[in-house]
Amino acid sequence: MATSPKLDAKIPEGPLQEKWTRYRSTVPLVNPANKRNLEIIVVGTGLAGASAAASLAELGYKVKAFCFQDSARRAHSIAAQGGINAAKNYQNDGDSVYRLFYDTIKGGDYRAREANVYRLAEVSANIIDQCVAQGVPFAREYGGYLSNRSFGGTQVQRTFYAAGQTGQQLLLGAYSALMRQVALGQVQMFARHEMLNIVLIDGKARGIIARNLITGELERHFGHAVILASGGYGNVFYLSTNAMGSNATAIWKAHKKGAFFGNPCFTQIHPTCIPVSGDHQSKLTLMSESLRNDGRIWVPKKLEDAKAIREGRLNPNDIKEEDRDYYLERRYPAFGNLVPRDVASRAAKERCDAGYGVNATGEAVFLDFAYNLKYKYGMMEANRLGIKNPTEQQLKELGRPIVEEKYGNLFDMYKQITGVDPYENPMMIYPAVHYTMGGLWVDYNLMTTVPGLYALGEANFSDHGANRLGASALMQGLADGYFIIPYTIGAYLSNEIRTKPISTNHEAFVQAENEVKDQINRLMSIKGKHTVDHFHKRLGKIMWNKCGMSRNAKGLQEAIQEIRSLREEFWKDVKVPGTDKEFNPELEKAGRVADFLELAELMCIDALHRNESCGGHFREEYQTEDGEALRDDANFSYVAAWEFKELGNWELHKEELKFENIKVAQRSYK
Amino acid sequence: MKITLKVWRQKNKQDAGHFETYQLDNVSPDMSFLEMFDVLNEKLISEGKEPVAFDHDCREGICGMCSMYINGRPHGPLRGVTTCQLHMRSFKDGDTIVVEPWRSTAFPVIKDLTVDRSAFDRIIQAGGYISVNTGSARDANNILVPKENADKAFLAAACIGCGACVAACKNASAMLFVAAKVSQFALLPQGQIERKQRVLNMVKKMDEEGFGNCTNTGACEAECPKGISLENIARMNREYICAALTSEK
Ligand SMILES: Cc1cc2nc3c(=O)[nH]c(=O)nc-3n(C[C@H](O)[C@H](O)[C@H](O)COP(=O)(O)OP(=O)(O)OC[C@H]3O[C@@H](n4cnc5c(N)ncnc54)[C@H](O)[C@@H]3O)c2cc1C
Ligand code: SF4
Ligand code: FES
Repeated sequence: MATSPKLDAKIPEGPLQEKWTRYRSTVPLVNPANKRNLEIIVVGTGLAGASAAASLAELGYKVKAFCFQDSARRAHSIAAQGGINAAKNYQNDGDSVYRLFYDTIKGGDYRAREANVYRLAEVSANIIDQCVAQGVPFAREYGGYLSNRSFGGTQVQRTFYAAGQTGQQLLLGAYSALMRQVALGQVQMFARHEMLNIVLIDGKARGIIARNLITGELERHFGHAVILASGGYGNVFYLSTNAMGSNATAIWKAHKKGAFFGNPCFTQIHPTCIPVSGDHQSKLTLMSESLRNDGRIWVPKKLEDAKAIREGRLNPNDIKEEDRDYYLERRYPAFGNLVPRDVASRAAKERCDAGYGVNATGEAVFLDFAYNLKYKYGMMEANRLGIKNPTEQQLKELGRPIVEEKYGNLFDMYKQITGVDPYENPMMIYPAVHYTMGGLWVDYNLMTTVPGLYALGEANFSDHGANRLGASALMQGLADGYFIIPYTIGAYLSNEIRTKPISTNHEAFVQAENEVKDQINRLMSIKGKHTVDHFHKRLGKIMWNKCGMSRNAKGLQEAIQEIRSLREEFWKDVKVPGTDKEFNPELEKAGRVADFLELAELMCIDALHRNESCGGHFREEYQTEDGEALRDDANFSYVAAWEFKELGNWELHKEELKFENIKVAQRSYK
Repeated sequence: MKITLKVWRQKNKQDAGHFETYQLDNVSPDMSFLEMFDVLNEKLISEGKEPVAFDHDCREGICGMCSMYINGRPHGPLRGVTTCQLHMRSFKDGDTIVVEPWRSTAFPVIKDLTVDRSAFDRIIQAGGYISVNTGSARDANNILVPKENADKAFLAAACIGCGACVAACKNASAMLFVAAKVSQFALLPQGQIERKQRVLNMVKKMDEEGFGNCTNTGACEAECPKGISLENIARMNREYICAALTSEK
C-alpha cells in the first residue's frame, strides 16, 4: 500500500525520540515585529482553542477567538471529569514517555501515527507544569505533592485530576490565560458567534464567515491563518455525553471546501454512562471512567436473577458474591475493570444481549462500589485508627467519607438524575456515544489539506487511532494548543510576512457569505411540518442502530439509504420558527443538523469500507473466536482520508501507517 | 404529571416583556426541567408559535450556561442543583411554576430567559488569572501546596460562573463570584505575587459593571448551585482591606 500523493504528513526525519526536538530547533521563525502584523483566527475556546489562542497571543500574533456559547469558559471541555494523563512518573511506577506513547498506540489499536503520538507523550509533562503555574488546583497528597489515579488501558498511575471536575479546572486555567490576553488587547473575543463558512483565497484559508447569534448578522473576518478547535461530532447520534451545542459545522464546512476528513467512522462509545430513561431524553450523562478504579462491574450469573431484578422483585444487594459475574475481571484478568473503553463497552453489550441486563429496558449493568468502600477504604481507615476486627457496618461508615472525597460530585450527580443513592445501591450504567477519534486529517504541523487551515483538539483525527484512552483528550487538546501549534504555525506564517491583510470586500468573502445566506434562506423558507429535533432524533436512531457499537455491511448499506432519504425529507419538511435576524436557537440547531445529515453518510461509507474491526470500529463480520476485534493489518493499516467531491460522492485517500518503533500485535488485555 | 407554566417572554432587550401561561399534560417525573422546556418548545413550534429562548449547553451542571429563575429562586427549589440538573420529580402533579430570567441591570435580557453575562468575563479580564506565559513554568512538583489549601482553593474554583448569586441577591451583588476567584488564588502559592493588585482590580471592575453592594444577607450562598461559601467573601474583604492599606498606588 502506498500513501496517496495528496497526503504528505510532513513527519520530520530522524529517530523517533529526536524528531520533535530537531523540528523545534530548525523550524523557521517569525520575528516579533512581524508577528504583530499577522492575524490568526481561532474557532473554539475549549481546551485546544483557548490554549492555542492564549499562547499565540503571548507570542505576539493578533488573535480573534470565536465560540458559540455566551462565554469562552463554557466550551464543552468544561464537562470533562476524570483527569489528564502525563508521563511524569511521579509515582515511581515505571512510567515514561515511551510507555505513554506505547499505551496510546496500543490503546488506539495501531491506527495512529507514531511520530504524532510520541510528541504528544513528550510534551505531556509540560502541560501539568503549565497548568499548575496557572493555579489549577489539582488534587494533592498530604505532603503537598500532586496526586495521581489510574485510568483504563494502562498499568501505571499517570492521571492528574481535580476531583471529578478536571476539565473544568483545566479549562478555567486556559480561559484565564485567554482573558488575560483579551485584557492586553492581543485577543479579540467573539462569544455568541458561530462560524458558518471558511473563506479560501488562492487555495489558502484566509478567513471565516460568522453569524452573530444575538443579532443574526453575518460577519466577515480575515486571518492569515485559520485554526479550527471546534470539538467533536458525537452529537450526530443525537444522544451522547456531549454538550447540547457540540456540532460538526465548522469542520464540515471546511471539509466541503477541501479539507480531507480522517477516519470519520471511529467513534468512542463510553462504557459507563447513565442508561436512557425515556423518549424525552435530550442527552446522556457520563459517569467518569475514574469510577472504574474502585467500582466493580457485574451482572448476575443467573438469568432468572437478572429477570427478577428487571422486574423489581430482587434487590441486587441481596445477590450473593458467588452469583455475581464480574465479567471484565473474568474475561480480562490482567486489566480487569480497567480494560480500554471499546473493550468494556462491547463486553457490556454482550452480557445485555445475552439477557443479563439489569434495568427495565434490559440495557444496563452494575457498577458497584460496595466492595472497595468497605474492604479497601473502610479497612484502610480501620487500620489507620487501630480498630481491630471492624464490623461490616463500621467499615461502611469508615469508607464512605473517602469515597465521598474522591467521587462525591459524581455520586451526587447520579443520585440527582436517577433518584437512586449510589452509596447504598450499585449504580446502573450502559455504554453511550462519547467521543469521536475521527476528524479533519492533519499533518505533523496540525495543518489540514487546505494550506493555512489547522485543526486542533477533538476536531482533528490525529492521535488516538481507533480508540482513545481515558484522560488523553484533555492531554491532546492542551498539547496541541499550548505546545505544538505555537511552533508549527511558524512554519507556515514565516512565508506570509509579506501578505497584507486582505479586505473583506474581496469577492471570495462575498461569495462565502452568499453561500451562508443561501443556506439560511432555504432553511427559513421551507416552513414544513416537523421540528429540527424530530429529524435529529431519527438520524440518531439510524446511527446508533447501524453505525454504533457494532456494525455490519448490510446495516451500513441500509443506513446510507435511510440517511439520504431522511436528508431529503429534512430539506422539504423542516420547520424553523422566527426570523434569521434575531436570536434564534432553532435556526442554529437546524444548520447543525443539516451538516450532521451529510456527515452521517460519510461515517457509514467509511465504516463500510473498513473491512476489519479495530478499536471502537467493530464489524461483526471480523471478530476472533472469543469475540475480540480482528484487525487486518495487511490491508487496513492506514488512515482513511476522504476528499469531498459532491454530496454523496467522496474519494478515498490512504495514508499508510508505518510502525518502526513498536511491534504491532493483537491487542490483548487478558 | 400536569404542569402549568408561567414563563417570562421578552422579544429583545428593548421589549418590556410579559408572562405567558402554558399547559403541559404529559410531564414525566424523570424529565429534567430543561427537557420539559424542550417538550414545551416542540409543542409551541408545532402550533406555529415562537419557542422560548433559554441558555443551556452541558446539561450536567458544570458549564454554568443554564439560568432560570424558578418560583422566585435561581435554579429552582433544590440546594446545590443547577436548572439543568433539576428533575420534574421535585414538583407535584398540578403545580404551577413561574419561570423568569436572572434579573439584574448588569445582566440585560437578550430574549425571554436568556441574559447577557459578559460582565463576568470582564471581571476576570481585570485580574482573574496568574500572569504566566506558556512555556515558562517549572516542574509541577516544585510548587508544593498544603492539601488543605489545595482543597479549599479547589472548592472556590468550582464556581461555574452562572450568576445565580447575583440573581439571588436583593442588591444584585457579584461578591460571591468575585470572591471565589480571588480566594482560589489567595490560597495558592502561585497567586501570591499578584495578590494585591488582583483583588483591587477585580473589585473595581465589579463596581464599574453595575453590580450592587454586599450587605451580608447570604442569599448568594444559599442559592449557589456549587456551594461556594460565604467564607470566600470574608476572605476577599480581608484581602481587599489589606491590599488597599498597603497598595503603593
Ligand atoms: C462528559 C465528558 C467527560 C469527559 N472526560 C474526559 C476526561 O476526564 N479526560 C479526558 O481526557 N477527556 C475527557 N473527555 C473528552 C474531552 O472533554 C474532549 O474531547 C475535549 O474537551 C475536547 O476539547 P476541544 O477543545 O477539542 O473542544 P471543545 O471543548 O468541544 O470546544 C469546542 C469549542 O468550539 C466552539 N465551536 C464549535 N463550533 C463552532 C462554530 N461553528 N463557531 C464558533 N465556535 C464553535 C465551541 O463554542 C467551543 O468553544 C470528556 C468528554 C465528555 C463529553
Ligand atoms: S458563586 Fe455560585 S452562584 Fe455565583 S456564579 Fe459561581 S457558581 Fe454561580
Ligand atoms: S446547562 Fe450547563 S450548567 Fe446547566
